[in-house]
Amino acid sequence: MPEIKVTPLGAGQDVGRSCILVSIGGKNIMLDCGMHMGYNDDRRFPDFSYITQNGRLTEFLDCVIISHFHLDHCGALPYMSEMVGYDGPIYMTHPTKAICPILLEDFRKITVDKKGETNFFTSQMIKDCMKKVIPLNLHQTVQVDDELEIKAYYAGHVLGAAMVHIKVGSESVVYTGDYNMTPDRHLGAAWIDKCRPDILISESTYATTIRDSKRCRERDFLKKVHESIERGGKVLIPVFALGRAQELCILLETFWERMNLKAPIYFSTGLTEKANHYYKLFITWTNQKIRKTFVQRNMFEFKHIKAFDRSYADNPGPMVVFATPGMLHAGQSLQIFKKWAGNEKNMVIMPGYCVQGTIGHKILNGQRKLEMEGRATVRKLSFTFTLTFFLLCNLDVKLQVEYMSFSAHADAKGIMQLIRMAEPRNMLLVHGEAVKMEFLKGKIEQEFSINCYMPANGETTTVTTNPSVPVDISLNLLKREMALGGPLPDPKKPRTMHGTLIMKENSLKLVSSEQALKELGLNEHQLRFTCRVQLQDPHSDPDTLHRIYTHLKSVLKGYTIQHLPDGTVMVESIVIKVSSSAEDPNTKVLLLSWSYQVTFLRC
Amino acid sequence: MKLYCLSGHPTLPCNVLKFKSTTIMLDCGLDTTSVLNFLPLPLVHSPRLSKLPGWVSKDGTINLEKELKECAGRVFVDSQPEFCLPERELLDLSTIDVILISNYHCMMALPYITEHTGFTGTVYATEPTLQIGRLLMEELVNFMERVPKAQSATCWKNKEIQRMLPGPLKDAVEVWTWKRCYSMQEVNSALSKVQLVGYSQKVELFGAVQISPLSSGYSLGSSNWIIQSHHEKVSYVSGSSLLTTHPQPMDQSSLKNSDVLILTGLTQMPTANPDGMLGEFCSNLAMTIRAGGNVLVPCYSSGVIYDLLECLYQFIESANLGTTPFYFISPVANSSLEFSQIFAEWLCHNKQTKVYLPEPPFPHAELIQTNKLKHYPSIHGDFSSEFRQPCVVFTGHPSLRFGDVVHFMELWGKSSLNTIIFTEPDFSYLDALAPYQPLAMKCVYCPIDTRLNFHQVSKLLKEVQPLHVVCPEQYTQPPLSQSHRSDLMLELQPPPMPYRRCSVLNLPFRRRYERVYILPELANSLVPSEIKPGTSVATVSAVLHSKDNKHTLQPPPAPPTKKRKRVIEEPPVVLAPKPLLSGAVPLEAFLATLQKHGISEVKVEETADGHILHLQAEDTLIQLEEDGTHIVCDNNEPLRSPERCKLEGN
Repeated sequence: MPEIKVTPLGAGQDVGRSCILVSIGGKNIMLDCGMHMGYNDDRRFPDFSYITQNGRLTEFLDCVIISHFHLDHCGALPYMSEMVGYDGPIYMTHPTKAICPILLEDFRKITVDKKGETNFFTSQMIKDCMKKVIPLNLHQTVQVDDELEIKAYYAGHVLGAAMVHIKVGSESVVYTGDYNMTPDRHLGAAWIDKCRPDILISESTYATTIRDSKRCRERDFLKKVHESIERGGKVLIPVFALGRAQELCILLETFWERMNLKAPIYFSTGLTEKANHYYKLFITWTNQKIRKTFVQRNMFEFKHIKAFDRSYADNPGPMVVFATPGMLHAGQSLQIFKKWAGNEKNMVIMPGYCVQGTIGHKILNGQRKLEMEGRATVRKLSFTFTLTFFLLCNLDVKLQVEYMSFSAHADAKGIMQLIRMAEPRNMLLVHGEAVKMEFLKGKIEQEFSINCYMPANGETTTVTTNPSVPVDISLNLLKREMALGGPLPDPKKPRTMHGTLIMKENSLKLVSSEQALKELGLNEHQLRFTCRVQLQDPHSDPDTLHRIYTHLKSVLKGYTIQHLPDGTVMVESIVIKVSSSAEDPNTKVLLLSWSYQVTFLRC
Repeated sequence: MKLYCLSGHPTLPCNVLKFKSTTIMLDCGLDTTSVLNFLPLPLVHSPRLSKLPGWVSKDGTINLEKELKECAGRVFVDSQPEFCLPERELLDLSTIDVILISNYHCMMALPYITEHTGFTGTVYATEPTLQIGRLLMEELVNFMERVPKAQSATCWKNKEIQRMLPGPLKDAVEVWTWKRCYSMQEVNSALSKVQLVGYSQKVELFGAVQISPLSSGYSLGSSNWIIQSHHEKVSYVSGSSLLTTHPQPMDQSSLKNSDVLILTGLTQMPTANPDGMLGEFCSNLAMTIRAGGNVLVPCYSSGVIYDLLECLYQFIESANLGTTPFYFISPVANSSLEFSQIFAEWLCHNKQTKVYLPEPPFPHAELIQTNKLKHYPSIHGDFSSEFRQPCVVFTGHPSLRFGDVVHFMELWGKSSLNTIIFTEPDFSYLDALAPYQPLAMKCVYCPIDTRLNFHQVSKLLKEVQPLHVVCPEQYTQPPLSQSHRSDLMLELQPPPMPYRRCSVLNLPFRRRYERVYILPELANSLVPSEIKPGTSVATVSAVLHSKDNKHTLQPPPAPPTKKRKRVIEEPPVVLAPKPLLSGAVPLEAFLATLQKHGISEVKVEETADGHILHLQAEDTLIQLEEDGTHIVCDNNEPLRSPERCKLEGN
């Protein structure tokens, strides 16, 4: 029995470093290659030694597919391709291909330049890695090789996010990456057709949440920002440069315009302009409304939002600052946070999910005293040894901490909706917390009566598939059968068709027996049986035959019974003849003759 | 399989393919050359046009002063221009299941087909094709509606009268079917039926056939189409280009192994080299400007204009044209320029890489930013106040019969300093200029047609090797004007099947196989036996289920437990699977088997064709021949069975 195996190397009962291995029809595919934001050690990257202990991965993988540009989905890519070693194809959509190297470079800078880590991928490695990328278009069927084909669907989550349908023969798997089932201010909703995959691998970040309507959350957000500004406070919104940031910018921009507000809105890092530019060029990936109106008014040209400079953080008066990164784990957002944390007038709004171990996660869990890594002092002891000292200092968090779930993941309702769309035979959950997954798993199994799996990292789920065998049937045979069956199939009277399957090299052909013999150059062997039955009947031979004919006619309704002029009676293809015995004219000998193909009816 | 040809125009095709119970329309081209028979529609009152004399036949018997006007010896219809539609009588258009669009120039007749004909199907097109197609339609409607003509000339169409008219009006075909332009409402309704597709996307039609668009390299989002089932493949090639311009390169390899290849949309200028034309365009433009004249470029608002602007972007500085204003005037100028920048996925590799930087893929963004190129919706409004001469104006329509170009012809036609440069190949420039004669302005004809030429197409066909080629009849003979150029036609073996307007072709196709799926339960029950090395056979008895044009074979229901006659009405529906019997029965082995079953008293008699075995104890005769075995016995079921077993063993 053919099997599909799924093994998460990351994101198994966890959020972060998504990396899922799928073996299907003899092909091995890696889905996403992310890093974990919560760790700074080996656990940061997926454990590629699971695939092979020694060396390069190229011969073990047929392709790698990246669903979107978030670092927990693509952060380990240069490490995997350049440091572990992989030269095969890497697939991602155009926007992902454009944006992913920028985020990787950003991430590299923070890790290497600021934290002074070595043994990390270099800028050159990012470039080399990106050269292996083949861009994917939505709905395009890409033939990876003769057997393996992949197709991308719109996923909504961020610009260029895609779900992928992976197909080998008649077996298939869908991987959702991160997706969003409700359109937001700048992106549309995920969509997939009824592709009935053997396994649907879905994220489950919000497995137990059913979020209230988006409008309410937006109103809530604007109210909080407005209140804070009114009382002269500063609002920090930690975001990732691309994605949620643009949505919130659109939201604030229109609000500022409507309310005629004057407080400045800043967007940190030099990425702003560039990021917005990507949105302008990839406008076809945004939602219907933006696409329709972009010629008249491009939503990504902001009037109220200006570039941020480090010195502005100390300016008096209210302001709103979007700063990266989004989980307060490093960089500018963390610096501003440290500056503003002491004032209770200020506010930090966390618009997305924060992984464990980050400051964002800590303050969201109500931690009010933080132990911070202070300035790192680097002392060079010799040419080979560098010692890094971390000064630990305590930080009292007085500012208001608000959490607004703006991160665009499907909630429980959305996940169920996607299952209804795709109609998978099995379900597999990743990218979520075990407890929440457990709950959702129960719900799915109950509602759809399909198996739902939730493997941990390194644990393999095996699903046996039962594919049909495609065969080429001769059109003559098919048409003959269809004509006999009448215009509509009758479930009460299924008809059996007979044919011969010829298996030659790799082809399977189903033809009629006659054609098979002809094609194979064989002679058919006729096998006929004749049976003598004696009975007593005083009539003449033709009369006896006629009596048999009328009798059969009355008994065997629904059969073709013919009385032929040459003195035989045919019941379908069975021939009946009558002759008198030489000794006794009253003893008639009935000769019944039928071919091997006829089922024997006993009279 | 049949092909109905509804258009005679080789580059604006409209064909209908009937293939496996589906009816597929391939393109929906609108022949706009008919508008050349009409007077231009001026945007502002033109004393010259209104003073043109009416036409009266020489003997004075026919007086059509109101409808026909004479200008420089040619007669024009004074009415709103009309288009020559695809044939609508050849087949019932409401039976069309889908329409496949290959590029935005080949969809202009869409509203005539999808509206008011009972059409209920789906139109498939790529996103750039839809968006730019919409712009071109919108522009056309706008050109017509902003200068409404009260009267509609119909008298001249009377067969008796048309016969008497001077050429080319006399020879115009199907004039009764010519139609005025559609409305914006009809455009919106037609385009709402479009379903977007991406390159190499596979779309199933009713489970019977699969369609898939391929990049054709001609324009943004332009595509060729593959229409195939599991065993048959039709390729539809329309408007393809192998030149490196802005669109994604043509996908040639996917056209391989076609049974039939329908070839349309070759270059209309087989003797003009696009690169040479581009050079000529630039040098004529520079020359005119330097001499203080204006340059008028009648063009469509999308397509080659992007390449022209890119070429000028590089040329402007070197030719010292930095201060010359370039104007692009069209109701959709802004949209066209904006849209061109957002279709990165559909562009050539170089332009894609720019988007990753991120930079706009086309350099006209920079021309606009630096104010070198300005665009306006029409000559009214801002343009009239900002307009400086000498300048270069790109504007439509290339037929010179409507649009802002009419105004510039009236404005600049009288001065020999000015130049009009024709770049679009769709209209004969002499015919286009006819209603403006006499004309002092210089005319330069550099048609840029990037579509395949005959040399490229024969190379392509050699590579992809279709079994049969179908093409417009124009491609099977050299052009009339160059009848000695046998290189300007398709020469193939077997010769291509030509079509003309209203042809119905029977495509040479023999469908022999169909895909059927054997359910795993049935597949497991099959017993293959090897007949020859590498070839196995298995007899299959199964129940055929056909649904949505998909066929599956399921295992037959379990046979009834008792074998007995059923005296019920219903015939016995279950027949036991019968193995296939073949070959001859070897006598010696057969006797040995009989022996094994305890039958030893066998009398063997030789006959002409084989042997007769007499099983004396059982009173049974077995006749063994090369191609058959006949067993004659008394009612003796126990005996037949082992014999059957034995025979099956062979």
